[in-house]
Amino acid sequence: MLRFLISRVIQGIAVILGVLCITFLLLKQAPGGPFQGERDVPEHIRRQQAAMYGLDKPLPVQLLNHIVNFATFQFPPSPKTPGRGVEEIIAQGFPVSAQVGLAALCIALAIGIPTGALAALRPNSLEDRASTVAATLGICTPSLVLGPVIALVFGLKLRWFNASGWYDADDWVLPAVTLGIIYSAYIARLTRGGLRETLAQEFIRTARAKGASEAAVVFRHAFKLACLPVLNFLGPAAAGLMTGSIVIESVFQLPGLGQHFVGAAVNRNYELAMATAAFYALLIVAFNLLVDVVQALLNPRIGFKEDS
Amino acid sequence: MSGGHPSPWRLAWRRLVRSRITVAAMILLGLMVLACVAGPWFSPYGPNDQNLDLRATAPGVSHWLGTDPLGRDLATRILHGGRISLLVGVLATGVAAVIGVGYGLVAGLAGRRTDALMMRIVDVLYAFPFITFVILLVVIFGRQFVLIFVAIGAVEWLTMARVVRGQVLSLKKLEYVQAARAAGAGFSRILLRHMLPNVMGPVIIYASLTVPGVMLLEATLSFLGLGIQPPDASWGVLISEGAASMAVHPWMLIGPGAFFMLTLLALNLIGDGLRDALDPKSGD
Repeated sequence: MLRFLISRVIQGIAVILGVLCITFLLLKQAPGGPFQGERDVPEHIRRQQAAMYGLDKPLPVQLLNHIVNFATFQFPPSPKTPGRGVEEIIAQGFPVSAQVGLAALCIALAIGIPTGALAALRPNSLEDRASTVAATLGICTPSLVLGPVIALVFGLKLRWFNASGWYDADDWVLPAVTLGIIYSAYIARLTRGGLRETLAQEFIRTARAKGASEAAVVFRHAFKLACLPVLNFLGPAAAGLMTGSIVIESVFQLPGLGQHFVGAAVNRNYELAMATAAFYALLIVAFNLLVDVVQALLNPRIGFKEDS
Repeated sequence: MSGGHPSPWRLAWRRLVRSRITVAAMILLGLMVLACVAGPWFSPYGPNDQNLDLRATAPGVSHWLGTDPLGRDLATRILHGGRISLLVGVLATGVAAVIGVGYGLVAGLAGRRTDALMMRIVDVLYAFPFITFVILLVVIFGRQFVLIFVAIGAVEWLTMARVVRGQVLSLKKLEYVQAARAAGAGFSRILLRHMLPNVMGPVIIYASLTVPGVMLLEATLSFLGLGIQPPDASWGVLISEGAASMAVHPWMLIGPGAFFMLTLLALNLIGDGLRDALDPKSGD
């Protein structure tokens, strides 16, 4: 167990380093730089600006500086956001994204798992058909259509919530519901598939044969295994939700992290672009590790293998 | 193969068309493609023709799906935009399939340390915020139509590579491959003759489910202003324009949104049908 954790943490650090390097190299491929503006700046001033932010050094040195900054959490002022460090920008955006993402995740699970389970327990029944159709429709509903519709109906027409912005304590509701509905469709599908497959296995027949009640069969025996596909999906999904859905944050005008994924790259804000990418990678690695641990606890056949 | 037995592909096709839902989805998709390809030719309007007397009119006799605030016929714009969206979907999936299948085949066949290294690279790319990756590619290459689907394809190949590699690993242990190797077949012969045909099933299943994903990604990029640039329109651009003026002109969101969702629905249903037809394990 401990060895498993240590090896996975080392792998995770390697992944984050890899993400940092790729982002840096791609950013440097992009034409232009942080100082490019409407007006041409004299050559000597541009050189001075570059020197101030260490942009005159050779690329490997710059990359190394960035990595050291990330490792020590000491971020120098960024030329694009003077006076605001990268850590401050993330510390302001993340709580917004995390609150919306966490609520969306809870909504998705609360809708998705019961719907999928109901469908799996009564194969080919009306409930099964209805939930499968609903899940398929949900998967085909892009957030860029559902988001504006929900904002229009509940924000502008019914006026239950603000249609956009982040002013009142309940401003998380509409974006979270939008995301939750979309993710619940995937979760319902995975739950149905997983539970149906599990219920067809031999050990379920054994459990039934020894006289276990239907509830005990489903909840004590089948559910643990049936959760595995959902769990696998939840790792990356949770990381994506926490770092902000770019579309949803743009539809509802939320000051979350999502906006920086686009803005930083377009504005050549190297430090912030790398920081958001690395932060996302960190969450992915952490959630995947969490998923692996939970999986190992649920299914002894998977266990704590060091390579997987 | 020559005797009375139908080929596996013919069998799969029969299983595919046995499902009424799949056939309905294929007809829907066929009509959609036909409408997008041929429709603009029969339309009396061009996609960018402005008629300033008919700004933002609701759907009616002369403009079936209404006009936008510049007086452009929405139906023509939707069909025209559909060409771009469908083209991006197919081409980006093609790029993803070529990269993913090639990568997965080589990794799976090479085995050992090459395989471990190649798959570690895939792991790293998986942890990459894909939207940042696409945005960076768009920023580097500029907002050119051709490069958008290359960028999207370059992101979507990862799962394909994993699927193919997994398939190759299990095929490699089978006797007929070992027999081929014992008979002196080289690396490339085993790869092309024995592996490639056998990984096509999972690849087709996965590719059919990648097309809607890719179209969604293109729409997202266009929605954020990083994809197709106005006045050209894809469904993503039209949906984003519709979302902006939806409170006053709801038909501007309903039209493109409905076309987009129907296409995604058809593609997803076909993908499900293909999975049931090609993967005997999942069928009942």
